[in-house]
Amino acid sequence: MASVKRFSPLPGFGLAMGYTLVYLTLVVLIPLTAVGTKTLTMGLDAFWAAVSSPRVVASYQLSFGASLLAAAINVVFGLIFAWVLVRYRFPGKGLIDALVDLPFALPTAVAGIALATIHSENGPVGKLLEPWGIEIAYTPNGVLLALVFIGLPFVVRTVQPVLADLEKEVEEAAAGLGASRGQTFLRIILPHIGPALLTGFAMAFARAVGEYGSVIFIAGNVPMVSEITPLLIITKLEQYDYAGATAVASVMLVFSFVLLLIINGLQGWMHHRYARGA
Amino acid sequence: MKLKSLLAGLLAGALLAGSAVAADVSLLNVSYDPTREFYKEFDDAFAKHWKAKAGDTAIIRQSHGGSGKQARAVIEGLQADVVTLALAYDIDAIADAGLIPSEWQKRLPHNSSPYTSTIVFLVRKGNPKGIRDWNDLVKSGVSIVTPNPKTSGGARWNYLAAWAYALEQPGGNEGKAKEFVGQLYRNVKVLDSGARGSTTTFVERGIGDVLLAWENEAYLSLKEAGADKLEIVTPSLSILAEPPVTIIDRVVDKRGTRKVGQAYLEYLYSPEGQELAARHFYRPTDAQVAAKYSKQFVKTRLITVEKVFGGWRNAQKVHFSDGGIFDQIFVPGGKR
Amino acid sequence: MSTSIALHAGSLERAETASTREPAWAKVVLISVALSFFAVFLLLPLGTVFAEALRKGWGAYLEALVNRDAWDAIRLTLITAAIAVPLNLVFGVAAAWSIAKFEFRGKRLLITFIDLPFSVSPVISGLIYVLLFGAQGWFGPWLQEHDIQIIFAVPGIVLATIFVTFPFVARELIPLMEAQGSEEEEAAVVLGASGWQVFWHITLPNIKWGLLYGVILCNARAMGEFGAVSVVSGHIRGQTNTMPLYVEILYNEYNYAAAFAVASLLALLAIVTLALKTLVERQTRRQLQEIAATSESET
Repeated sequence: MASVKRFSPLPGFGLAMGYTLVYLTLVVLIPLTAVGTKTLTMGLDAFWAAVSSPRVVASYQLSFGASLLAAAINVVFGLIFAWVLVRYRFPGKGLIDALVDLPFALPTAVAGIALATIHSENGPVGKLLEPWGIEIAYTPNGVLLALVFIGLPFVVRTVQPVLADLEKEVEEAAAGLGASRGQTFLRIILPHIGPALLTGFAMAFARAVGEYGSVIFIAGNVPMVSEITPLLIITKLEQYDYAGATAVASVMLVFSFVLLLIINGLQGWMHHRYARGA
Repeated sequence: MKLKSLLAGLLAGALLAGSAVAADVSLLNVSYDPTREFYKEFDDAFAKHWKAKAGDTAIIRQSHGGSGKQARAVIEGLQADVVTLALAYDIDAIADAGLIPSEWQKRLPHNSSPYTSTIVFLVRKGNPKGIRDWNDLVKSGVSIVTPNPKTSGGARWNYLAAWAYALEQPGGNEGKAKEFVGQLYRNVKVLDSGARGSTTTFVERGIGDVLLAWENEAYLSLKEAGADKLEIVTPSLSILAEPPVTIIDRVVDKRGTRKVGQAYLEYLYSPEGQELAARHFYRPTDAQVAAKYSKQFVKTRLITVEKVFGGWRNAQKVHFSDGGIFDQIFVPGGKR
Repeated sequence: MSTSIALHAGSLERAETASTREPAWAKVVLISVALSFFAVFLLLPLGTVFAEALRKGWGAYLEALVNRDAWDAIRLTLITAAIAVPLNLVFGVAAAWSIAKFEFRGKRLLITFIDLPFSVSPVISGLIYVLLFGAQGWFGPWLQEHDIQIIFAVPGIVLATIFVTFPFVARELIPLMEAQGSEEEEAAVVLGASGWQVFWHITLPNIKWGLLYGVILCNARAMGEFGAVSVVSGHIRGQTNTMPLYVEILYNEYNYAAAFAVASLLALLAIVTLALKTLVERQTRRQLQEIAATSESET
C-alpha cells in the first residue's frame, strides 16, 4: 500500500469536495432523513405496533431467513465457480466468466418473469420437479431461488481475485510436508479466502434482503407465507399507510446501514490481509 | 477522446428521441384491473366519435391497477381526468380528499355505473374439485386464488359475496360469517394486489383450483385460454357489482378537459359504448343492449351492498379498514 | 460495494503443478457442478426470455416492439438514463477527485455514505421521494400550489433512478485513482498547468477505462431499474412507463409474447453491457499491470 499521503499541491479540492457534499446531501441524505423524520412523527407505540405486527414479523422471517440461506448457498456455489474459473481450463470458460455477472446486468423484472416462467408448473424445470412434489414458483422456495440468482456474482467476484493471488508456493510447501489435498484446502486455502467468502456472503445477503423486482413475480405474495418485507412496504404504500410503510422501511434502513458498516469493515480487513501478497 | 464523443452521441440520441408527439387533447383514465381490454377498444371508438363530433384528436391514456390503489394514487396527485373504478367507496375516498363534490354519484345515470358485473368462480375443465357453490370453497384441499381486498376492488366484492352467502345459511350470523370467510381465506394460496395478477396466477401459471373472479374477467380468460381448459361456475348467490365512473373536477378544471371528459363518460352510456361493454362481458344498463345480450349472462340471485351491508362506507369501515374484520381474519391465522 | 472488486476479477488463472492438483474426479465433479448451475441458473433464464419472445414468430415479435406504447416506454427509458448517467458521472469524478487525491478527516464515513444507495432496498429508494414530494409529503402542498408534478410523473422516475445509480461511477473511480496516485498531476502543476488542464490531459486519460466501466454499469442499472421507479411511476401507458414497467404491464395483460419481446431488448442490453464490461476489464487490467510495473521499477 501507498504510504501516508503528504499535503497535496493539486487544485480543485474545494470545488470537487463542495460539489460532492452538496450532491450527496441533495440526492441521498435529505431523502433518507425523510424516512427518519416521518418515523419520528409516529410516536413510539404506533411505531412499535407497525413494525411488530405478526404479518410484518412473518415478512422479516421470510426476507432475512431466505436471504441468509441464499447467501449461504451462494458461498458454496460461488466458491466452486471461482475455483473452477481460476484453477481449471475447460471449454466455455470465457463465456461463463463473462456471464457470471448476468444477474447484475439483467433488469430484475426480466429476471423475475423468466424465473417464474421456468419454474412454474408448466415451465421446463417446474415440469420436471412436479412429479417429485417439489414446488418452486409461488412458494417461499421461489423467493429463495430468485435470491440465489441475484446474489451469485457477489461471492464469485469477491473470491475469484483472492484465489488467483494465493501463493502456489504455500500449497506446494503444504503438499511437500505430506498434507493431503483435502488438508491443504481446509488448513491453508480456506483460511486464506475466508475473509473474501465472508465479504461475498455479507454482500449477497445485503442485496437479497432488499431485493424486490425478481422476487415478486415468483413469490406468490401470500401474507404470512410468501410475502417479503419490501413487498409489504409496497402493499402498505398502496393502502396509503405511509406511516406504516415508513416504519417498516426504517427498520430495513437501519439494518442495511449496519450491514454496510460491517461490509466496509470486512473489506478493510481483506485489504489489510491481502495487501502483503499483492 | 472516444469517450467524450460516445457520451455526446448517447445524449444527442436520447434528446432526439425525446421530442414529443403533438396532440390536440389528452385524457387520462385511471381505471381498475380487468377493464384493460374493454377500455383499449372503447378509447379508440371514442377518439373516432370525438373527431367526428368536435374535430379534435383525443389521445386517451390508461392506467390500470387494483381499484383501491388507483384511487389513492389519484388522491396522491395522479392527474386523472376521469376515473372508472371498481366500487363507489374508492371514489368516495377521492371525494373525501376534496377533489370532487361529495354528491358525485348523482351526476350520471344508474348511480354513475354505466355497466354492472358480478362475481363468479373460474375452475379447471371438468371441475375436478366439484366446486358448485360458496360452501365448497372452505373444504380442505381446495386452493383458492383471489386478490387482496385491501388493494383490489374485485376482491372486496368477492369477500362481501362470501359473507352474504354465509349470513343466509341456516343459523347464519356475524360470528358464523366471520368464521366462514376466515376459513375461505385460509384456503387462499396466492393473494395478488389486483384482479389481473390473480387471473394470471390462476390461468397462466396454473396455480389453485378456483379463481374468484369478475364475471367479465372470467369470460375473458375463457376466451384467451380456451374453453377446453377452464369452466365458469356461477354460485347460487352473488353480488351486484356496480363499478362507477366520474370526472375529477379539480383536474379537468385545471387542464381544461371538462368537456371532453364529460363526453367520454357519456359515451359509455351510448348504444355504441354499451355494445362494447357487453362484448367485453360487462352487463349493460341500457335495456335494449341488455336484451340483446341477455343470453350471455347467467341468471343468479344478486344481493346488493346497500341491502346487506348498509352501503359501501359502512362495509369498508367494518371489514376493510385497518384492524377491521379482514385484518382480524388474516393475522392470527399464522402459517399454513 | 461490489463493483470495485469485480473490476479486478476476470479470467485470472495460473499454471498448476502436480503436487497441488486435485484428483481428476474432483476436478470433473467441480466443473460439472459449475456448468450445470450455470446452465440452469444463468443460461436458462436468458434463453427463456428470447424463446418466449419469439414463440409467436418474428411478426408478432416486431409488432410488439413497433407500436406507440413500446416506443414511448423505450423513449422514457432513454431519457431517464440520459439524465441520470451524466449527473452521476460528474458526481463520480468530483467525489473520486476529492477522495483519492486529498487527505481529510471523515473520509471513510463519506465513502460509506456514497455506498449507501447500494444497500438500500429499491422499494425504499422510491418511498423516500414519495415522502418528500407526494401530496402528503414535505414539499407536497407547495408543489401542488405551484402545479408541479414530481411523483407519478417523469421527474420522480428520474430522481429515483439517480438515487439507485448514485454510487456506480464514484465506486469505480475511487480505488482506481487511489492506486494511480497523484505524482503525474503534481508534476504538471509544478510545471504550471492549470487545474482543468491537469484534469483533461492527465487524469482523464488515466481513468478513462475505469470511467467507462462505471458508466456502463450505471447505465445498465438506470435502464433496468424496476422497484424504485415502480413506486413513483403511476403506471400511465405512454407517459410514465419505463421499459421494465412496461414489461410488467404486458405480463399482467396476458400478453406474454409482447412482455418477453420488450424483455428481450432489456436482455440484449444486459448482454451488450457484459460484453463491453469484459472488454473494458481487459483494458483496465492492462493499465493496472502497467502501474504495478512502473511502481516496482521505481522502488
